[in-house]
Parts: sequence; structure tokens; C-alpha cells
Amino acid sequence: MRPAAVGHGRRRTRQRLAADASLLAVAAAFAVPLLWLLLASVDTEADLRVRVPGSATRDNFSAVLTPDITFTPMLNSLLLCGSSTLLTVVCAALAAYPLSRYRSRLARPYLLTVLFTTCLPITAIMVPVYGLFVQVNLIDTMYGTALFLATSQLPFAIWLMKNFMDGVPLTLEEAAWTDGASMPQTLTRVVLPLMGPGVTVVTIYTFIMLWGNFFVPFMLLLSPDQLPASVSIFTFFGNHGSVVYGQLAAFSILYSAPVLLLYVLIARRLGGGFALGGAVKG
Amino acid sequence: MRAVRWLPIAPATLLLLLFLAGPIGYCVYIAFTDMQLTGSSSVDFVGFANFRRAFADPAFRNAVWLTLVFTVLSSLVGQNTLGLALAALMRRASRPVRTLTGALVITAWVLPEIVAAFLLYAFFRREGTLNAILGQLHLPTQNWLFTLPILAVSFANVWRGTAFSMLIYSAALAEIPTDVEEAAEVDGASGARRFWHITLPMIRRSIATNLMLNTLQTLSVFGLIWAMTRGGPGDRSQTLPVFMYDQAFLKSLIGYGTAVALLLLLVGSLFSVIYLRLMKVDG
Repeated sequence: MRPAAVGHGRRRTRQRLAADASLLAVAAAFAVPLLWLLLASVDTEADLRVRVPGSATRDNFSAVLTPDITFTPMLNSLLLCGSSTLLTVVCAALAAYPLSRYRSRLARPYLLTVLFTTCLPITAIMVPVYGLFVQVNLIDTMYGTALFLATSQLPFAIWLMKNFMDGVPLTLEEAAWTDGASMPQTLTRVVLPLMGPGVTVVTIYTFIMLWGNFFVPFMLLLSPDQLPASVSIFTFFGNHGSVVYGQLAAFSILYSAPVLLLYVLIARRLGGGFALGGAVKG
Repeated sequence: MRAVRWLPIAPATLLLLLFLAGPIGYCVYIAFTDMQLTGSSSVDFVGFANFRRAFADPAFRNAVWLTLVFTVLSSLVGQNTLGLALAALMRRASRPVRTLTGALVITAWVLPEIVAAFLLYAFFRREGTLNAILGQLHLPTQNWLFTLPILAVSFANVWRGTAFSMLIYSAALAEIPTDVEEAAEVDGASGARRFWHITLPMIRRSIATNLMLNTLQTLSVFGLIWAMTRGGPGDRSQTLPVFMYDQAFLKSLIGYGTAVALLLLLVGSLFSVIYLRLMKVDG
């Protein structure tokens, strides 16, 4: 037994080293573009290739930290994504409740439609959405854009929320009903607090998706002072001919930081394939 | 009283009808008209003219072909295979390597689309990092975004999208009972054989759903390609969403652009239906 066990152990070690080496090679390929971002942001003479700056400076960051370049677009992003996230989460929680709690012949078709919609390429309908928005005077309005953004994330949010809600046992609600609580009271006082982590995941996931969305505000918002960061980032190109890559990198870091931080907050639940698993398993 | 219990579903349904079903219905309508952004104000019903025009248009066929190349390269081959390989390797790798790789791949995924596009733009430009590395290795360099634009944007999509497949497959592999693999190992099956004959069949449903979702996501990629190449040079990276935008807004042919959008939506619906079927089997 012993020699075999040793051989077995050696094979394990060899396999581990091979796996480590392959993964490190892939990791390096993924790291290079990110490395450019980090190094260029502290290099006032940054160009397009990865290079270690002569001396690290904060000049790029202080150059972009102005109302025009950073604060207004970031505030726009926050207003746009914050309000649409709120709308999505409230509507999804309300819709998920009857879908999760009551039986009806229509519940399953409704859910299947929602799931079907989750998969539709939203990109494809941006041209007619533009046309509609021009006709009903919603074009170039923050609230119109927020309404559309909220709707675009709604199907997946309903689906996630319903799956989370299914995990909350009915017994506590029945107790609340016996005590004479109404349905809205039951939802807000009993069900939602019990699925706190689920609501957090839906909220943060929705916010991350909307924060990075480029095409919707690119189509529906026109005034420069209303543009969110995902679109305003284009102003780094073209205005004065040459692009200051260091400042572009610094701005990209500032713009990406919120979603990276938020992702870390929910990583454990998403990383286990939990929420995404909801999209793969019925 | 039963209807009142379903009242909470109303706000979501209203939003979905107004801002999703509405535009889709409007899309179907415009696709059969000659609506233009400028010029004549009257809109005429033209039947299938837009669709006939599309199938006869070399630029449209070019876009279909490039969409196919982009989808196969970046989604089927790239994201799916690399995601599966990463998930499988991670099960054998040491903890720090696993954590580091996972963090990098996921960071690329969480970054906003436009930031990812700029990073890969910098990587592929003539004076960018890829050529610098190739130069160091004394390998031929070239202007990637000019010579092989569709390959560059496909690689960018792999860089950005692989994390999704990796997470799906990590979850799928974690659910395989260990005793099955161990029994095969005791029977002397090699690692590659075990993977091909045991692991793959056991996760085939995850593979199918992941392929569906990847394909659907890749079909609608716009910002990444737009920011990297604008569909160019010429039309050499002009996939269907970019073609649609180009026709509808830069050439002001809303009717024609929308007909293309409708075709894209139909292909997406087809994949969605297959996806729903797969899900049904599972549930």
C-alpha cells in the first residue's frame, strides 16, 4: 500500500503544479490590461503600453477630479442608476410576492415570460425605443431613461427575487395573518426582513449592471450635462486632438471603483453560483 | 377578492408593458415602414421591402457573417471553453493561485463595459502592449485593430465575459459527487478520460444553458465593439448591433435599421425558447 500511496501523492502534487502553472499563465493574460490601467493612472506621460512610470504621481487624479470631468457625470450616474435600481427592486419585490405565495394558472406562464424576456437582446430594441421616446417627449430626460433602465433589469430581478422568496417558510407569515396583519404588512414586516441578504444581492447586482450600461444612456440622453460616466468617458477623445491616457486611466479607476467594491460585498453569494445558478436552474 | 391578492404584480407588469412590450410592438411596426430620421415626414407601409433589401444587401450579409464569427470565436470557443478549463483547473490548483486567478478574471467581468473596451483598445493598438510584448520576443508585430479587428474584439469579449462561464461551471463541478470520480480513478482511468467520459456528461445541462446565455449576451454586444473600433476599419468589425445603429442613425434609415433589429430580436427569441426548454427539463 505504501509505495502506491506515495506515488498517488506525487501524482497529486504534479497535477497541482501543472494546474497552478496553467492558471498563472491565464491570470497573467488577464492581468496585463488591468496593469496598464493601474500604471497609466499614476504616470503623467502614460502612453498605450504597460510601463512603470518614472515616478508615481497623483497629478492625473487631481486633474480629473473637477466638477466637469468627474463629479457631474458620477452624480448623474448615481441619480440614474440609484433611482432605477430602487424602482426595479421595489417592483420586483412586489411582483415576486404573489408569484411566490399564491397559486394561479397564470403564475407559471407569467414567470416563463419573464424568464424569456431576461434573455432578449435589449440592444436590438434601442432604435424603436429611441423613436418612441422622441414621440412621447421622453427623449433626453433623466426620468425617462431611468424608467427604461429599470424595466430592462426588471425581468431578471423578478426572477431572482422570486427564487429568494421561495426560500422563506410560509409558517411565519401564517402566524402574522392570524394576528390580523394585512398583506402589505406581512410583506414588509415579515418576508422582506427574512430575505434581507437576498434583497441586498438583487439590489447590488441590479446597480452594478446599470452602472456599467452604456448603450441606453448613449441613445436616450443628449445634453452633455446629463450624461452619466459611462458615456461622458468619450469626452476624453477628440476634444483637443490628443488623448491624455493617464487621465483617462485615472477616470476609469474612479468610475469603476464603486461597482468593484459593491461586487466584493456580494461576491460570496454570487461566487457560489448562487444567484447566477438561479439563471441556470429552473 | 382573489384579484386583489395579485395587485402587487401590477407596477412591474405596467413597466414591462410600457417600456418593453411597447417598444417591441413598435419595432414590429416600424420594420414594415420606410421611416426616416430626416427628410419626408410621411411614413409609408412598405411590407417586406426592408427585409428583402436586407437579404440583398452585401453590407447586411457582411454583418451577419461577422456576428457569426464574433459569436463562435468569443462565446462558443472562447468564453465557454476557457471558462470550463479554468473551473476544472481551479479544482486541482493550490489555494492562492485559485484565489488570484478568480479575482483577476472576475474583475475583468465586473468592470464597466466601456472601461473594459478602453483597456483592450490600449492592449491591441499599434503602439500598445501586445506589440510591445511581441517586439520583445522578436515576433512580428502588426496593427491588430486594422488587420484583424474582428479577432481583437472577439478576444476583448473573451477577456470580459469568461468569468460568467467560470462561475457557472465552478458551481456545476462542485455538485458532482466525488465518489464517482474517485471510483473511476481507482479503476485507472486517466485524468483526460475521466473528464471526457464522466465529468462532461454529468454537467452537460450546465454546458447547454451556459452556451445559450453566452450566445444571447454576445449577440447584443454593442458598447465594447463601438468603443474599440466603431465597427471599422470600413465595416470589418461591424456586427449586427453596430450595423443596426449605423443604418438607423448615421444613415437615418430608421425603418431599415429597425428591420435589422427585429431580425436580431427573432434570433434572440429563438435562442430564448431553446433555453426555456432546457430549463423545463431541469425543473
